[in-house]
Amino acid sequence: MTVEVPAAKTDDIEIRLLLEAVFRKYHYDFRNYSSASIKRRLAQARDHFGCASFSQLQDKVLHDGAVLRELLAFLTVQVSEMFRDPAYFKAIREKVVPHLRTYPSLKIWVAGCSSGEEVYSLAILLREEGLEEKAMIYATDINPEALEKAEAGIYGIDRIPQFTQNHRLSGGKSSLSDYYTAAYGGASFDKSLRSRVLFSDHSLVTDAVFGEMHLVSCRNVLIYFDRELQDRAIGLFRDSLGRKGFLGLGSKESLRFSKHSDAFADFSRDDRIYQKLGA
Amino acid sequence: MAQAIEKPTAIVIGASAGALGALSVILPELPAGFALPVLIVVHVPPDRNNLMAELLQAKCQIRVCEGEDKDSIRPGVVYLAPPDYHLQVEPSLDISLSNDEAVLFSRPSIDVLFETAADAYGDGLIGVVLTGGNNDGARGLRAIIDAGGRGLVQRPDTAFTTAMPAAALQACPEAEVLSLEEIAAYLKKAGAR
Ligand SMILES: C[S@@+](CC[C@H](N)C(=O)[O-])C[C@H]1O[C@@H](n2cnc3c(N)ncnc32)[C@H](O)[C@@H]1O
Repeated sequence: MTVEVPAAKTDDIEIRLLLEAVFRKYHYDFRNYSSASIKRRLAQARDHFGCASFSQLQDKVLHDGAVLRELLAFLTVQVSEMFRDPAYFKAIREKVVPHLRTYPSLKIWVAGCSSGEEVYSLAILLREEGLEEKAMIYATDINPEALEKAEAGIYGIDRIPQFTQNHRLSGGKSSLSDYYTAAYGGASFDKSLRSRVLFSDHSLVTDAVFGEMHLVSCRNVLIYFDRELQDRAIGLFRDSLGRKGFLGLGSKESLRFSKHSDAFADFSRDDRIYQKLGA
Repeated sequence: MAQAIEKPTAIVIGASAGALGALSVILPELPAGFALPVLIVVHVPPDRNNLMAELLQAKCQIRVCEGEDKDSIRPGVVYLAPPDYHLQVEPSLDISLSNDEAVLFSRPSIDVLFETAADAYGDGLIGVVLTGGNNDGARGLRAIIDAGGRGLVQRPDTAFTTAMPAAALQACPEAEVLSLEEIAAYLKKAGAR
């Protein structure tokens, strides 16, 4: 007996093959990302590279490593802001920091740090709260270009008003202008802010646990994953956090659908901050 | 009265300036046991506290909520895009949200919802473009019709702001042009059990 299976759309077949090719050749694994966003972004990439089909794009990226780097800019979404969603940073400051104060030293992991906006925000917050000296921030991402930008810490001057407003709304105790100098149309953030930061390449899909963190902040990364991949990443966070460690997610991310939700308690519900249960 | 689509599977709606008024004519007409899911993008400012879902729920029998990432899409529920996120339909018929760049200066973007929904639902989809002052939704409605779905556009002279329905009509001359009351009646019939 034959079963009628509707034929897959050609471009869906091509996209699967393209993502498989990128994984096999370069070990970047986008195979289980949410497909609606990936498909839109790959269509932009296809047009950008002047390819008539995703198959042509596959051919190009398989044979030219330089294309990969450019393709990564399409496959990963680099949208960020300093103190993005100020209420989150306010909750970190007012609710999480009092707990962090009780530790002799602090390890913080910013997973999916993009070009560093979230990292500098936390570094400033820690300095304002007098915790910077005893903290170490691990900032990771898979996009090498984003990590380079993060290490440089230079942002367009046109973005500063927004950053300044967010910082103020987050309960900032100093003036953001204390932390940057204007140079060549950019705002260059004080390099002392990254003296306690370690930037590195790490994938939540293919890499392993990071040890004994007190706080993991992973915002607007999990929405790009399917449920299974979200579970993998949340499992990594659970195993990377010490007892009673904190996990902060993006404002539209939650542990609701996760099989690991039992390992955490709501800490500040509306701010999507969770605390690992002690055991 | 416009011809009904054969086997409707979902409805997507886009609206901008004047959205609340227009949706307040359409959504209260849909009964609690409505057979289709309704996904809506309204251009809203990026604040976290948005009251649109609550305001509409107060007037409706059908359930109205903000779409959540990876939620499965259920019939008889209205899903609104949350502020500052694109609302997308996955091929698995789950919702996904994204922080991708704004499209035509909008996040959420009507085109993003319409294009991803057209891809997921194909010829069962009904797309509706309502009042608004830009051209978001035109490209998305084109994608819906090209995938075999149906396009409805609010009659521009009845719209609070005409640019958006006018742009949609220019991109999709074959779309049905209807008043809000006619759109409500069309959708109600499409989703009758
Ligand atoms: C939308 S940005 C979020 C930036 C920042 N966390 C924020 O909320 O503003 C998503 C980031 O996740 C990164 N990313 C995507 N897949 C990843 C993975 N598998 N592991 C780690 N980071 C990933 C992207 O490169 C991108 O920098």
